[in-house]
Amino acid sequence: MSAHDDHTPAVIEEPIANPGLPEHLPRPTDVDEAAAKRAERQVATLFGLSSVFAVLFCVAYFTLNIGDDPTVFLGLGASTVGLGACLGAALMCIGIGAIQWSRKLMSDHEIVEYRHPAASSEEDRAEAVASLMTGIEDSGIGRRPLVRNSLLGAMGFLGLPAIVALRDLGPLPGDKLAHTVWKKGMQVVQDVDGARIKPSDMEVGQLVNAEPAVFFPEGDQEAEYEGTALLQAKAKAAVILVRMNPDDLRNKRSANWGVEGILCFSKICTHVGCPISLWEQQTHHLLCPCHQSTFDLADAGKVVFGPAGRHLPQLPLAVDEEGYLIATSDFHEPVGPSYWERG
Amino acid sequence: MSTAANTNGTTPAAAAKPNPAAAVATWADERLGIATATKKQIRKVFPDHWSFMLGEIALWSFVILLLTGVFLTLWFKPSMGEVVYNGSYDQLRGIPMSEAYESTLHISFDVRAGLLMRQMHHWAAMLFIAAMLVHMMRVFLTGAFRKPRELNWVIGGVLILLGILEGFAGYSLPDDLLSGTGLRIADGLVKATPVLGSYMSFFMFGGEFPGDVIIPRLYIAHVLLIPGLLLALIAAHMLLLVYHKHTQWPGPGRTEENVVGYPMMPVYAAKAGGFFFIVFGTVALMGGLMTINPVWRFGPYNPSEVTAGSQPDWYMGIAEGLLRIMPGWETHIFGITLSWNIFLPGQVAPIALLMVVLAYPFIEQWVTGDKREHHLLQRPRNAPTRTAFLAAMISVYGLLWAAGGNDILATQFHLDLNTITYFMRGAIFVIPPLVFILTKRWCISLQRHDNDMLLHGYESGVIMRDAVGGYSEKHLPLSPDHAYTLTARERDEVYAGISGPDANGVPAKKLKLDGLRAKASQAWFATNVQKPTVEELEEGHHHAELEHEHDAPLEGHAADGHQFDGRHDVADESLRPSH
Repeated sequence: MSAHDDHTPAVIEEPIANPGLPEHLPRPTDVDEAAAKRAERQVATLFGLSSVFAVLFCVAYFTLNIGDDPTVFLGLGASTVGLGACLGAALMCIGIGAIQWSRKLMSDHEIVEYRHPAASSEEDRAEAVASLMTGIEDSGIGRRPLVRNSLLGAMGFLGLPAIVALRDLGPLPGDKLAHTVWKKGMQVVQDVDGARIKPSDMEVGQLVNAEPAVFFPEGDQEAEYEGTALLQAKAKAAVILVRMNPDDLRNKRSANWGVEGILCFSKICTHVGCPISLWEQQTHHLLCPCHQSTFDLADAGKVVFGPAGRHLPQLPLAVDEEGYLIATSDFHEPVGPSYWERG
Repeated sequence: MSTAANTNGTTPAAAAKPNPAAAVATWADERLGIATATKKQIRKVFPDHWSFMLGEIALWSFVILLLTGVFLTLWFKPSMGEVVYNGSYDQLRGIPMSEAYESTLHISFDVRAGLLMRQMHHWAAMLFIAAMLVHMMRVFLTGAFRKPRELNWVIGGVLILLGILEGFAGYSLPDDLLSGTGLRIADGLVKATPVLGSYMSFFMFGGEFPGDVIIPRLYIAHVLLIPGLLLALIAAHMLLLVYHKHTQWPGPGRTEENVVGYPMMPVYAAKAGGFFFIVFGTVALMGGLMTINPVWRFGPYNPSEVTAGSQPDWYMGIAEGLLRIMPGWETHIFGITLSWNIFLPGQVAPIALLMVVLAYPFIEQWVTGDKREHHLLQRPRNAPTRTAFLAAMISVYGLLWAAGGNDILATQFHLDLNTITYFMRGAIFVIPPLVFILTKRWCISLQRHDNDMLLHGYESGVIMRDAVGGYSEKHLPLSPDHAYTLTARERDEVYAGISGPDANGVPAKKLKLDGLRAKASQAWFATNVQKPTVEELEEGHHHAELEHEHDAPLEGHAADGHQFDGRHDVADESLRPSH
């Protein structure tokens, strides 16, 4: 490899010597004035067409309606299609014209330029190093370690304000991730209209998307959760109710947490938190549409397939004195994606 | 002695009479000194090849993104404040949603050309990332990352990473159901970080997911922070391109010391400038005619809803695939949770991939020990190991991409979802090595073919029958230019390592590393086919001459094999002599 140590590029002249640049062959437009004129007209026509399309864009802007039905024309609004087609054509005509111009009318003689090594010359390098050394010498940074070290220390400590100043990006998690708004006695209601649910409302095999009743204030009652707070609470408290044949339930504790074969599970996937709701009635499997983790709800929400690492948390159910489904407590474990201190 | 052209054949045209442009130039030069700065650049030479256009697509897409993006910012409201929609789109009227989503709908339905610009912006983003990836493959396959361009390769790798982050941030801004689901997944990925996960999530979202600050934060990252970095790095990328001068393909007159092509002014200005308008026009047509990300169909974000068949933008497909095929491994120990199932595919794998990409030029350089500058490109076949490595990486990419759409594959092709996933878990380890071996052998076979052409000529397609009735195909010699181009590559040297007396006194650790390098060099180059030597070429020509003598009696007849190469006109000759 010694030959490689001089850093100069290789000369490749064997086994065949470099024959040199091929002779330039004239194009029709180089020798035939009529062909050149024709090319000139083509280019000018393209540029002219571009102006026409630019004007048409303006016409389309003012004449075509936009509005509420985006699928009225070619699956899109007439305005979008018209504007896009005119703008596209106007731009394309300039582009094609310019390239036609360069290919047909501009000189196509190849020219040669010489390369220089990326590195500076030895003299430049020596001069730069000498200047640098003079500067360093001048500063006395080598002779006065106290100055140097205290400066380095100061620069290091400047990192602290930079980090500390970002502290208010958000509150500390505390145990917020471990709890939801569910609590003893809270009714489990339909997620669409907040309707309360009786066990007799559900058939075997049915799945109902549900939420805590607190999200649906009754009558003139002030809403307890609104806007962001509502979304944050929903992101943890969304649940699904499924009714299965009690004989199919394989986990006794899980069955005991239900009412007449109706079980309530967290809707938030334990993988990365997508809401799960693809329900296979026959197999009692619940499939997450994001990454296909599959949970067996007849077996306490155990993972039977996919990347999730944990079973779906179950919400213990009961019925209140009016016969509606309620929770008997919050979830007994954090819902949703895993995190370090989750346990 | 090289016969490569060594003069710059054209002289700058002198202005015949003073003109207004010259007056402006003088005015500017007296203040900016632009003549010194630009005298060499105005006629700077760029070599021509279709593959050099790929990076240009990326550059122009970025310009289009800036233009259309500025248009969108005039109406977009990066706020998660809740409003009730009251715009033109009937199906969502009366529904509470974030201001971000509401203003996106406003841009789509109530601002003329708004939907066009939104779709152009999204299409240009797709094109930007795709063009960067394909450009990177071009640079990789042709060895254009070799010294002195390693740092430009690193800048390019960082540009792709930033481009993907920028794309994800932009995808999240409309705050529709699909993009919110993407953020939810990002939250899950962040939470899986060892020790700091939940803290990082709370700091990112300003509290519990989804909070009310993530959209404004992503907005400033999307319109200022990341584009600023992209712009600076693109500038550095281009400056280095100008400083190093462009690489070129080997060929007659092209050497490691020159660059042959057309001048910046006017040819490249017209070609590259014209190409900008073609890319822009294509994006405008796509934006006008092809729907992309119809956010009005998804509805506002709601953390308790999702649609089946949710898919991220294509460039997130491999991350999605990794997440989907990873087995559900989680460790619960000492009261803590380690989510290997998320942490490995979501955090470790992308960083590891990026590191391999950024380190590749340096790894290859260590193996070859080659510290010289390289400006002539290599054909992919002449670097079989490198080409095979990329092919294997492409197969990984393709498999993960398919895995990221396993639900779509299952419904479209009536396959079993679980079987696809199990298959992918195995295929990701089995198929890439097979692709590697196949590609390497394929390259070597192509190298042999090149040597065959050099030694025996190209296959003319003319079948000759000799006196005793045997058939053979007539081979004709390559043109000198073609023959030179095929041989304009270096011979690979297999590094043997330090041995014998040289090894005395070398520390054991260094010796071990050196042995590793020798092994790598062996694996890298040992099976490559080297170009013929002068002797072999002469031998080949001698053989061809014998054959030529054999065919001599036919020379000038219609069946001498030259019918198709234009050496003589056969228009008036019949294939058989008339009796």
